[in-house]
Amino acid sequence: MDKATTSKFVLRRRPTSEKLVDIGFKNIVVAMASMVAVVLFSIFAVVYYESTDSISKYGLRFLFSSAWNPVTDEYGAFTAIYGTLFTSIASLLIAIPLGVGTAIFITENIIPKYIRDVIGIMVELLAAIPSVVLGLWAVFIMEPFIRPFLNMIYEIFGFIPFFGTQPFGAGMMPAILILVVMILPIITSISKDSLNQVPSKLRQAAYGIGASRWTTIFKVIIPAAISGITGGVLLALGRAMGETMAVTMIIGNSNNFSWSIFSPSYTISSMLANQFGEADGSQVSSLMYAAFILMILTLMVNVFAQWVVKKLSLKYQ
Amino acid sequence: MNYPSKKSLTYNPSLIRNIWNKALTIISALFAIISVLPLILVISYVLIKGGSYINIDTLILEPEPPGDDLLSAGGIGPAITGTFIMSIIASFISIPVGVGGGIYLAEYSKSGKFAKFIRFGSNVLAGVPSIIAGVFIYAIIVSTKILFGSMFSGIAGGISLSILMLPTIIKTTDEALKLVSNDMRRAAFGVGASKFTMITNITLPAAFTSISTGILLALARAAGETAPLIFTALFSRYYITSFDDLFYEMGSLSVLIYNFALEPYEAQNQLAWAASFILVIVLLGLNILSRWIGTLGAFSKNKV
Repeated sequence: MDKATTSKFVLRRRPTSEKLVDIGFKNIVVAMASMVAVVLFSIFAVVYYESTDSISKYGLRFLFSSAWNPVTDEYGAFTAIYGTLFTSIASLLIAIPLGVGTAIFITENIIPKYIRDVIGIMVELLAAIPSVVLGLWAVFIMEPFIRPFLNMIYEIFGFIPFFGTQPFGAGMMPAILILVVMILPIITSISKDSLNQVPSKLRQAAYGIGASRWTTIFKVIIPAAISGITGGVLLALGRAMGETMAVTMIIGNSNNFSWSIFSPSYTISSMLANQFGEADGSQVSSLMYAAFILMILTLMVNVFAQWVVKKLSLKYQ
Repeated sequence: MNYPSKKSLTYNPSLIRNIWNKALTIISALFAIISVLPLILVISYVLIKGGSYINIDTLILEPEPPGDDLLSAGGIGPAITGTFIMSIIASFISIPVGVGGGIYLAEYSKSGKFAKFIRFGSNVLAGVPSIIAGVFIYAIIVSTKILFGSMFSGIAGGISLSILMLPTIIKTTDEALKLVSNDMRRAAFGVGASKFTMITNITLPAAFTSISTGILLALARAAGETAPLIFTALFSRYYITSFDDLFYEMGSLSVLIYNFALEPYEAQNQLAWAASFILVIVLLGLNILSRWIGTLGAFSKNKV
């Protein structure tokens, strides 16, 4: 018995080289995984370190002043912060109904599946178009096309401060519209995925007790998918706040604060794209301060998005 | 017995709820059309307007300085090679690191504290605005002249693009490896394979299609990015001729579009449209290719 096992099946002892390869490989992949943390922390540390001069010099005053004067060395990012928040939230308000509505339309069986699939793929391909191309399109095609409509709004509602200046080209409104185009695919595809994950049992139960299609959607399907939809919306908000190229090309880049959505404005990212190249001295540190604010804003939105998805998600077994 | 009339079981289009249903269905269809419209408009303008400026000269010539000669603005050749080179540099950095990180998350520490933190970190990194990546690389590489004294360089541009690719690659590798059945791992261990052999010979090949889908998508995103390049790689009108040129300013399609779209000259604007034609074709091609590879993966999984 003993002889048989030893002669036919020999338990192999692992050679040291194999062990070394195993341990080495594990250490390498641990190091690579840590790179994420290293990069993330160094981004924060570097941007904070570069902006310390400005932070200590201007403090919180930086957030509420819209002065930007390299000659007198006076900097404030109020216009850019307001522009960032206003354009991203306004574009979100337009994109949520459009995106969620589209997601519902392509997850319900209203039209044949292949048409729905085509719409879904087309919306996702929209995300593949680089923002600089969207900016080019916005500058040469979209903005001249919508200008008469904006002028009409200005002539009728011009007494309201929000519409109080003559639209003459680049401005906040075209920037909002191009942001809608950019974040629509994010909201649509994430909403679509979370609507698809709602178990069909819930839908059948709702139909069974006599609910109509849209009662089912509003009272059963959307509440069940709300975590994913909210997560997608928050991700889109983060993307809209950090979006640079298309906005820079169409927003007009002016640091003069105005309530009007037709006047040129700034966002933090467009300010960076515009001025960083030729800035020096305390202007660099002020721009870094603005970049730091942008990072904190997007970080808060992204962390909140992950928290919401975890907290609100219903588990179906 | 007094049943309600049979009518209540037949569809009555004038009921309030049925009218609402119809109206909401039409509204959602309208929203879907509005959402698809920008894609159709942008693609058709880029293909028609951009495509009409494409010829051999635009593809290979170097762009002329704006305003010099209004008849010919040159071409976009250096920008095409620049985008290609910087995408390669970014891939060389981010693919090993991203796939390695994904292997760690999926194979070594499925739910440890560190793994959770790394997953959270890569989600956060994915949300960092691309221009911040540019600012970061400017601060640590360009302004410090750490790369052998060179300031703006194609290498710096490639590194900043790799930061954008990293989170996508880690995430798709992690998820692709998690989908590989545990039976295959046990079988590999059962025949005496070491963990290293198991990963490189069994699970990585099994997850290969999904991982390459993720890599292609990350590459497609990086190749179209402009914001990280405008103050890392800057722009150059010339072809690179030697290895040393990697350490100098490098042009790219996306920065060319940004710079030339804002020029007041018609000829430059035409080059911007031509460049966006090339860029959109390549990026849509990469996206469709990655979708196609994705379906291949699903197919083979069903067979196994």
